[in-house]
Amino acid sequence: MTTATIPGVGRVPRKYVPVLVTAVLFLVMFAAGGIRYEDFATGQIILNVFIDNAFLLVVAVGMTFVILTGGIDLSVGSVVALSTMVAATLLKHGWSPWLVILIVLLIGAVLGLGMGAIIHYFEIQPFIVTLAGMFLARGLCFTIDTESISIDNSTFVGFAQTRIDLGGEMWVSPSVLIAVAVVLVAAYILHYTRFGRNVYATGGSEQSALLMGLPVGRTKIAVYTISGFCSALGGMLLSFYMLSGYGLHAVGMELDAIAAVVIGGTLLTGGTGFLLGTVLGVLVLGLIQTIISFEGTLSSWWTRIFIGLLLFVFILLQRLFSARSRQ
Amino acid sequence: MTPNLTAFLRHRLFWPVAILVGLLLLNLIFTDNFFHIEIKDGHLYGSLIDIFRFGAPLMLVAMGMTLVIATSGIDLSVGSVVAISGALACLQISELGDQNSTGGVLRAVGVALVLSLILGAWNGLLVAGIGIQPIIATLILMVAGRGLAQLITGGQIITVNSTSYKLIGGGYWLTLPFGIIIVAVVLLLTALLTRRLALGLLIESVGGNAEASRLAGIGSRAVLMTVYTFCALCAGIAGLMISSNVSSADGNNAGLWIELDAILAVVIGGTSLAGGRFSLSGTMLGALIIQTLTTTIYSIGVPPQTTLLFKALVVTIVCLLQSPAFRAKVFHRRRRPTGAPPVAEEKVSVTA
Repeated sequence: MTTATIPGVGRVPRKYVPVLVTAVLFLVMFAAGGIRYEDFATGQIILNVFIDNAFLLVVAVGMTFVILTGGIDLSVGSVVALSTMVAATLLKHGWSPWLVILIVLLIGAVLGLGMGAIIHYFEIQPFIVTLAGMFLARGLCFTIDTESISIDNSTFVGFAQTRIDLGGEMWVSPSVLIAVAVVLVAAYILHYTRFGRNVYATGGSEQSALLMGLPVGRTKIAVYTISGFCSALGGMLLSFYMLSGYGLHAVGMELDAIAAVVIGGTLLTGGTGFLLGTVLGVLVLGLIQTIISFEGTLSSWWTRIFIGLLLFVFILLQRLFSARSRQ
Repeated sequence: MTPNLTAFLRHRLFWPVAILVGLLLLNLIFTDNFFHIEIKDGHLYGSLIDIFRFGAPLMLVAMGMTLVIATSGIDLSVGSVVAISGALACLQISELGDQNSTGGVLRAVGVALVLSLILGAWNGLLVAGIGIQPIIATLILMVAGRGLAQLITGGQIITVNSTSYKLIGGGYWLTLPFGIIIVAVVLLLTALLTRRLALGLLIESVGGNAEASRLAGIGSRAVLMTVYTFCALCAGIAGLMISSNVSSADGNNAGLWIELDAILAVVIGGTSLAGGRFSLSGTMLGALIIQTLTTTIYSIGVPPQTTLLFKALVVTIVCLLQSPAFRAKVFHRRRRPTGAPPVAEEKVSVTA
């Protein structure tokens, strides 16, 4: 196995290098924040990043599956918005909250399944199919209602306001626990099951996977279904967070999710990457927002510029790594 | 079917034209005097003129996008370039002592366009120089660009009050809306450069197979740089039009989702996303279809927000029709009982 020598760490397998780079970046940012601002270097700051980005984490997990097969899913932001919208509307009509959650998750999975089926059976590029899915989901949002609908169901409010104490004045929201559970399950599926192997194989080389007799079609359809399901679940977490359904929720979230996956070291051509990297990617994005809000004088649009810069650096790094490993 | 009719139906512009005509006829039912064009105060007025006028920015952006897609690339950053160019021009004009001075407005327009060129060259450098996938390379500017635009405007909406600047997007010249004239000039120049000179052939060959083109002695990198720069320039001009039409620059919302509309226009126009072949006239038709669709939805009285639903339907149908796999699976099976056509014929129709 190819290895790279990193001072102080010793030799590590090359495939872990991108994740390590992201981890180091996260630690450096956290340390820099701790030195620069008072009250920054506490455990709660990291937990707050989780609390504020639980929905993004879930969405990014789904996106990781898709990108690992070499595809892309542009519809996630719209599906998140649609989920908040459907949930808010059904709750307003007095439906049971658990039934609502079930229906929303089902809608997300079915949308993903549909897109995956079109991508596989009709051999249309994922980019354009999920673009259509994006239009469809946003259009459906606005067809339901153009205004924001607030949620006052007691179960949803309960999810929003419950604090789970972790001791030492630290707490998390139930959404974080759900997100962490999703990450753990996804990591198990991706790294320890036959399906996970198929995902990597399909992304590595679809042709080879096909010749090896792997169920490429089923895998591809499944990853889009997973992404749709994760988006719907992310939508649920967002509606716990916002306590409203709105067609303009989560505009541009697909970009944040893709950025998190890329910063986490997953190759956009597919086949290489880890779920842990995606978690780190989401944490880095969240920490940027935290630092900018601590800085106070920097306006919110600097977030976008920093994310763009980070994307650039990491894509350049990916390029370097893949160029060197080919030699 | 007679051979002539078959050739007509198989023509690559047949479906776009048919959809456009269908949409226009639909309007005829819902809107009185839809096809009526009159001259008021020396300006042309009418619903058809409005479709052209409001569709002009999209036509420009889609034109640049066509060339990028022909090289089997894609440019996601056009929306951000639209916002940046409009923001920069409006910022400079708002700082002028006399906002109507032609020189000042020209300089503002010039600076905005030069910045657009630089942004395009940046995209081109990432794609051609470093070799990053186009989707990802332009994603960087798409994400950061909105931030840059807001940085320029300071997070505010900059309003200007300049009649000379208003001309670009909202003015008239020789009875025609000025925007239409700009589109016509850019289209003519592009058509001349790509169809009368070798550039079009080079673009198609790079899109068909970049490596083979390089071995054949074509400077693939220079070609790629050219198309990305051109695409950003088109987006820059479109940004000037959009901000000039409303006399203000909004870093957050100007040109939002125009990249998707532009890609949609290109795809409807019959340019394959796989690259290697493009049709400027098809793209123009595609952009007109999208604008007519928007106008139709307003005139029928359906809530305008549902435009996105219709767009989703149109993209899906067009892509399915263009997909060889879909044709083979759906049409082939249906035709077989009445005598299947030769396979070769199927292949010809794929290029539409």
